[in-house]
Amino acid sequence: MAIFKDKHYLRVKLDKETDESLWMQCKSCGELVFKRRVRENNNICPYCGEYFFLTARERIESLIDEGSFTDISKPIMAADPLLFQDTKPYSQRIEDAQEKTGLADAIIIGSVVISGIAVVVGVMDFRFIGGSMGSVMGEQICHGMEEAIRNQCPFILVSSSGGARIQEGILSLMQMAKTSVVRARLAEQRLPFISVMTYPTTAGVQASIASLGDVIIAEKGAMIGFAGRRVIKGTIAEELPPNYQTDSFALEHGSIDRVANREHLREELSNVLRFFVRQ
Amino acid sequence: MAEKRAIELLETKIQELRELNKMEEIDMSSEIVLLEKKLDALKINTYSNLSDWERVKIARHPERPYALDYIDKAFADFYELHGDRISGDDRALLVGLAQLQGKPVVLLAQQKGHSTEENKQRYFGMPRPQGYRKAKRIMALAERFSFPLISLIDTPGAYPGLEAEEFNIGGAIANNLLAMAELQTPTIAVIIGEGGSGGALAVGVADRVLMLENATYSVISPEGASVVLWKDKGKTKQAANALNLTAEHLLKLEVIDEVIPEPLGGAHKDPQKTIASFKEVLTRHFTEVCDTPPEELLSARYKRYRSIGCYRTLSDHR
Ligand SMILES: [Zn+2]
Repeated sequence: MAIFKDKHYLRVKLDKETDESLWMQCKSCGELVFKRRVRENNNICPYCGEYFFLTARERIESLIDEGSFTDISKPIMAADPLLFQDTKPYSQRIEDAQEKTGLADAIIIGSVVISGIAVVVGVMDFRFIGGSMGSVMGEQICHGMEEAIRNQCPFILVSSSGGARIQEGILSLMQMAKTSVVRARLAEQRLPFISVMTYPTTAGVQASIASLGDVIIAEKGAMIGFAGRRVIKGTIAEELPPNYQTDSFALEHGSIDRVANREHLREELSNVLRFFVRQ
Repeated sequence: MAEKRAIELLETKIQELRELNKMEEIDMSSEIVLLEKKLDALKINTYSNLSDWERVKIARHPERPYALDYIDKAFADFYELHGDRISGDDRALLVGLAQLQGKPVVLLAQQKGHSTEENKQRYFGMPRPQGYRKAKRIMALAERFSFPLISLIDTPGAYPGLEAEEFNIGGAIANNLLAMAELQTPTIAVIIGEGGSGGALAVGVADRVLMLENATYSVISPEGASVVLWKDKGKTKQAANALNLTAEHLLKLEVIDEVIPEPLGGAHKDPQKTIASFKEVLTRHFTEVCDTPPEELLSARYKRYRSIGCYRTLSDHR
């Protein structure tokens, strides 16, 4: 395997403010809104109700009892086992994503409390190379489930991912198997696994760990599915319904249990956890 | 490729000499031996330095032996079983019982079609949710009767279509991964042609993973990677190279256990010989897994997949 310089991650700053302007324009309704107001509103447009992306940290804050978060992620980051290069070297892509997000990779594992119930959460961040699952994410998800076993508590995974990380080739594909073998251990221990699918939960992540929840809850507006519109259109000339791969499509066809609005997701989780955890 | 033409010419020439040798009293055997030597050298030159993209083409070659060819020649008494008991019978993923070394085994086999008509029935070897659910049903059968499970993998990927999404293809794949993770019977997967992403892995989580020399196994097709990463349809060769999708690479990455050799030029050049070496390698692993206590197999399978991947440890965590 390759030799790595160990300098990059040290420059990564936590919770970096990426842009300076105070105002943003909603892509959906065109209104100019005060950014802080959007942030305080769960990243939902106060005028038209459009959902904007939540970073992993914002997502965590939106779901948990205030101040209960401890980052228990494993101290690891992506290697570049294939020395992969497309239009940019993979090592550069990682560095850029770390700069942009302040994260080591596309997922955070946290020990949190939701309505008084201690839980281990894994939350993906789409800004980091499309939330793609490579060796680091696979290891972190396994680590999260093992922490849940150690603490005998539920595990919640909030997905926001386009699928496997192509730049790690077959090793990314294997993370689908890796997370599955540890998921089986969680089941053996009779510990609940709640999978939350947000925009987007597709391809390799939808076709593995995200679909293996004891209960699967989608956030309204999620995209859920295996093969994207473009792939299907490209290979098979098939007319696709307008709600293709939306939360309502997945619910209607029995792929998920429930759909919740962003502002109700915390309540939804606390409601379902109560059945599994007696206090 | 000029070399390929030269090989074909030499092959024809040798064939002609053989005919001549039979028909008349002239002994041409020394000439034949000489030409055969020349042919071998030419073949080695031409085929031993195949690029990854050339291997992709060999893995997809229409004359390459498909799953049923292996089943016919390397197993006895194939007894096909049909249907997922819910919505249909997928013809891209066949399941059934067979005998190997006199022992009953359960087979899962992804089957491409040899003709356009057959390919239409078999969806070009791309299984639909019905196929994966049928596979899962048969995994349960294998476990119930302690039959070892052998999968033959050869698919461009799971079938991308509206109906497949409606029947939750992703969920079907995920559930097979979980089933294979915990399956209490010996399992062997062999990639005989194309190992197309999740559609391949969904029958490929196993105690032993073997791979034909010119087979490929990848997270995405070179065509897909070319479009997604380069935003350019023309980068397939580069993508094939970058993806490390050949057996040789996968052995180094410890994703597979052994490479099954193919004749020079690929399996389609000599299917008999290919199937013979397939059987030799498979039975060796088969004997080993059958001789291993089940608990040991399961814990080794767990370790194998739990440790898969490559990352760096941060020496100074914030
Ligand atoms: Zn708006």
